[in-house]
Amino acid sequence: MSYLSLTDDDRAEMLSAIGVSSLEELFEQIPPGVRFDRELDVPPALSELELVTAISNLAAKNAHAGVELSFLGAGIYDHYVPSVVDVLLSRGEFLTAYTPYQPEMSQGVLQAIFEYQSVICELTGMDVSNASGYDGTTVAADACFVAKHTSDRSKVVLAETLNPQVRQVVKTFALGFGLDVVEVPHRGGTTDPDELGAAAADAAAVIFQQPNFFGCLEPAADLAAAAASAGAHPIAHVDLMTLGVLEAPGEYGCAMAIGEGQSAGCPPLFGGPHYGFFAARQEFVRRMPGRIVGETLDGDGRRAYVLTLQTREQHIRREKATSNITTNQTLLALAGLVTLSWLGPQGLREVGETCMALAEYAREELPLEPAFEAPSVKEIAFRTPIPAREVVRRMRERGVHPGYALGRDYEGMDDVLLVAVTEKRTPDDIDRLARELEEVLA
Amino acid sequence: MTEPGRAWGDAPLIFERSRSGRRGGRVPDYGLPKPELPPGLSRARAPRLPELAEPELVRHITALADRTFGVDTGFYPLGSCTMKHNPRVNERVGLLPGFRDLHPHQEDEGAQGALELMWTLQGILAEVAGLPAVTLQPAAGSQGELTGLMLMRAYFADRGEERDTIVTADTAHGTNPASVAMAGYKLERVETDARGNLDLEDLRGKVDERTAGLMLTNPSTLGLFDEGIEEVARIFHDAGALLYYDGANLNAVVGISRPGDMGFDIVHYNLHKTFSQPHGGGGPGGGPVAVRETIEPFLPAPVVVREGDAFRLDHDRPKSIGRVRGFAGPFGVFVRSYAYMRAYGPALREMSEVAVLNANYVLAKLRDAYDLPYDRHCMHEFVLSARSLKRDHGITALDVAKRLMDYGIHPPTVYFPLVVPEALMIEPTETEPKERLDDFVDAMQAIAREAAESPELLKEAPHGRPVRRLDEVRAAKQPVLRYAFDDDPAFVG
Repeated sequence: MSYLSLTDDDRAEMLSAIGVSSLEELFEQIPPGVRFDRELDVPPALSELELVTAISNLAAKNAHAGVELSFLGAGIYDHYVPSVVDVLLSRGEFLTAYTPYQPEMSQGVLQAIFEYQSVICELTGMDVSNASGYDGTTVAADACFVAKHTSDRSKVVLAETLNPQVRQVVKTFALGFGLDVVEVPHRGGTTDPDELGAAAADAAAVIFQQPNFFGCLEPAADLAAAAASAGAHPIAHVDLMTLGVLEAPGEYGCAMAIGEGQSAGCPPLFGGPHYGFFAARQEFVRRMPGRIVGETLDGDGRRAYVLTLQTREQHIRREKATSNITTNQTLLALAGLVTLSWLGPQGLREVGETCMALAEYAREELPLEPAFEAPSVKEIAFRTPIPAREVVRRMRERGVHPGYALGRDYEGMDDVLLVAVTEKRTPDDIDRLARELEEVLA
Repeated sequence: MTEPGRAWGDAPLIFERSRSGRRGGRVPDYGLPKPELPPGLSRARAPRLPELAEPELVRHITALADRTFGVDTGFYPLGSCTMKHNPRVNERVGLLPGFRDLHPHQEDEGAQGALELMWTLQGILAEVAGLPAVTLQPAAGSQGELTGLMLMRAYFADRGEERDTIVTADTAHGTNPASVAMAGYKLERVETDARGNLDLEDLRGKVDERTAGLMLTNPSTLGLFDEGIEEVARIFHDAGALLYYDGANLNAVVGISRPGDMGFDIVHYNLHKTFSQPHGGGGPGGGPVAVRETIEPFLPAPVVVREGDAFRLDHDRPKSIGRVRGFAGPFGVFVRSYAYMRAYGPALREMSEVAVLNANYVLAKLRDAYDLPYDRHCMHEFVLSARSLKRDHGITALDVAKRLMDYGIHPPTVYFPLVVPEALMIEPTETEPKERLDDFVDAMQAIAREAAESPELLKEAPHGRPVRRLDEVRAAKQPVLRYAFDDDPAFVG
C-alpha cells in the first residue's frame, strides 16, 4: 500500500515537462559513490487491513489498564480523558496543520494556543505561558537555561523528591548549558526548607515538585521563600490536575511553574506524546523558550492572534536564541485546554477532592504502613514487608498492578511501593487491591 | 480569484462563551468523606477556567478548526516541513487500547508488544540511515540535534580530546546554531558555493583539531544534494571530527542515498516529516537519532534490546549521555510512523522518488515566472526568489505568500534560507496528485502576472481569510499573551 497519487500517464507527462527521459536523471546530482544500489531491507508492504491486524496483535500483547487493575502513577496518571477531546483530535484542520507561521491561515489554532496559555497562567498563577514544551522533563531543563541567563550564577538545585527522570534530563543538558547540578535529600519524605535554602546560596534556580514524587505535599511556600531569600529563582514542578485544590505556585512566590501536562487530557500511551507546560512571571517573558501566541489587530482592526516575541527564537536569533525548540506539543496542549474547559473550575476541584478521598481511603484500607507522614493528594508511598518489586510481581500474576517500586530510582527504598489513584479508580478497586495484597503477603 | 471569500464572522474566546455556574463534565461521587488539606496548601481562589456545557464546547472547537488550514484542507507546500498526507489508519492504530492505556512504568513483561514495535522501528530506521544503532528517545528534530551534539561531547570526552567548535552551513536551519549554543559549542559558519554546494575551499580553512563536527542538511535547505559530500566527509574525518546529518530533508532520499553511506556518523529523523506523524498544528513530533558503532555506547538510556524472543528496556548503560526526555520517547508517534513504514515496505524508495518528481515538475513550470537562484534539478524541494518582482513591481515574497491564500493554497516557507533574497521555499511532497500541482502552478503564474498588472491586489492580500494581515509589531511591542478577564484593564478586547 502507498499513499501516492500519480498515474503512469502523469509521470510520463511530468518527466517530459521537466525535460528528462527518466526519473534516474533527476538523481544524477547524487555522486555515484553514495547512491544506494539495492532494495531496502525492511518488512514487506501491507494492505491497510493487514496493517490493522499486525499492529492490533502487537497492542494485544500489552498489559494495559483495560486488562490489569493498575495503581501505577509516578509521574504519569490515568485520569479520565473526556470524549470531547476526540472531537479535537479528529479534526483534520488541527491534526494536519503545522506551526502557524502564516496567521491568516491559522487563526483557529493560534486562538486555541492563546486560550491554552491563558488557562495555564490561571492555574499556575503566572503571567505568561509558552505554547508547550516536549514534556515534564524537558521544560525543567528549559527552566534551568532561562535561570542561568537571568542570573550570573551557574548552579541549579534540585530537590531529591523531584521526579527522577526530570532530574536526569536536567543533568544531561546541564553539561552543555555550563550548569552544575546539586541535589538536596529528602527528610522523611519531604524537603527541609533550611537545607534547601543553604544549598541555594549561589544557585540560579531551585526546582521542587508539588506534590512531590513520593506523593507527599511539600511545604511549598517555605521552600520557595528559602530559595528566594538565597537569591535563587524558585521553580515549582506541578500537576495541573491537582491545581483545583492546591495553591497556585504564583501565590507562594515562585518565579516559574512547570510540569507534565499528561494528567490533563492525554492517555498514558506508554510515555507520550504528552505536553510539558512552562509558565513564568512577566520579568522572564523575553527569555521564555518556545512559541508564544499574542493578541493583536488585523488591517481592519479586528482582534487576531499571531506568534509573537519571535526575536527570542532560533529562526531569527539562531545561536543567540533562548531555545532551539520548533516543533512542540501543540495538539496535546490543545487536548489539555479542552479537558480543563470541559471540567471547568468546579470539575477540576472535584477531581482533586475525589483523588484525595480515594487516597485517604487507600491509606486506611490497605494492609500496609504509609512510608511517610506528609499529606497526599493522589499518591501514597507505603512500606512493604517484602521487596516492593516482589509485591509487584506477585500482584501482577493476579491481574493487579499495585504501583511503582521506588527502589527503581532510590537507594535504600526497596521496600517502598508508590500507589496512585485517580478518579477512575473506585473504592471497590481499592478494596480489591487491599484484599489481593493481604493474600500475596500472607 | 479576486472576489472576497465567505463571511467568516467573529470567533469569541472560550472565556467569552463562559457563564458562571455552567458545567461540562462531572466526576463520579463515591460517597467518601471529604478530606481537608492542611492550612496554607489549599487553593485560596478558584481558577477562572471556562465554564461551558458540552454543546458550546464542541461548537467552539469546531469553529476554531474551521479557521485553521491543514493538509486535509488543501495544498500546503511549506518548504522543509514535508506536509504530506497523514493516513487515517495510523490514527486508528495509534489509539488502540493496548497502546493508549499502557502505562510507561509497566514492567517490560507487560509491554512486550510496545517494545517489539519499537525494536522493529529501530531496525527500519537503522536500515534507512545506513547506521547500526538507534535511540528513539528525542522528542523532535531539534531535540535530536541537541542529543547528537551531546553525543559528540561524550565521544570526544571519552577519547580525552578537547574540541570546541561545530561547523554549520550558511543555509542551515536556525535550529542548528541554536542547538550548537545550547550544547556549549562555538559556531563556525561555512559558505555555499555558486552551485549550491558547501564551499570546499572555505570549509578546508575552517576545520582543524578544535573541530568537533559538522551539522549539515543534505539535500540542503536549497533542495540541492551536495555534490561534494564525499570530500566534505573526508575533510572532517581526516581531522578526527564527526558529521551530523539534520534529517529534516530525509524525505528526498529514503532508499536512494543513505546518510551513513554519505559519511555521516550521527543522523536525526523527523518522524513528523518523513514518516507522516501528523504535525498537529505545531507538534507532536519525533526525533530519533541513529549513530555509528563507535558512538553507540553513548546513546541515551534506556534503549530497546532484544534477548531471544523477549524485548526489554536497557537502562544499564554506563557511558550513556543520560536521558533526554521522559520514558523511551513519544510512543504514539512511533506507532504512526511504524504503520507508515509497514504500509510502504521497500517501496519507501518510491515515496522519495515521487517527492523529487513532484518538486522538479513544479520547478520546471515556475522557473520562468520567478527567479531561480540555483539552476539545477532539485531534490524534494526548491527555492525560488521574488527578487525581480520586488525590483520591478515592489512585490515581495510575503505579498506572494499572502496572495496564495486567496487561491486556497497554504504559502510556502518564505525568507528562508537566508542566502536567497525574497526566498520562496516550495516542497510539494509525494502525496499530491498532478492536478493539485497544476493548481499551484496556475496560481503562482497568475500571481506573477497580478504583480505587474494590479500589485495592490497582492499588497492587500489576503482578501478571503478570517482576518487581514496582522499588526505583528503591535503584538510584540504591547504583548497580550493571555486572556485578562473583565477586571483587568490591560485586556485589549
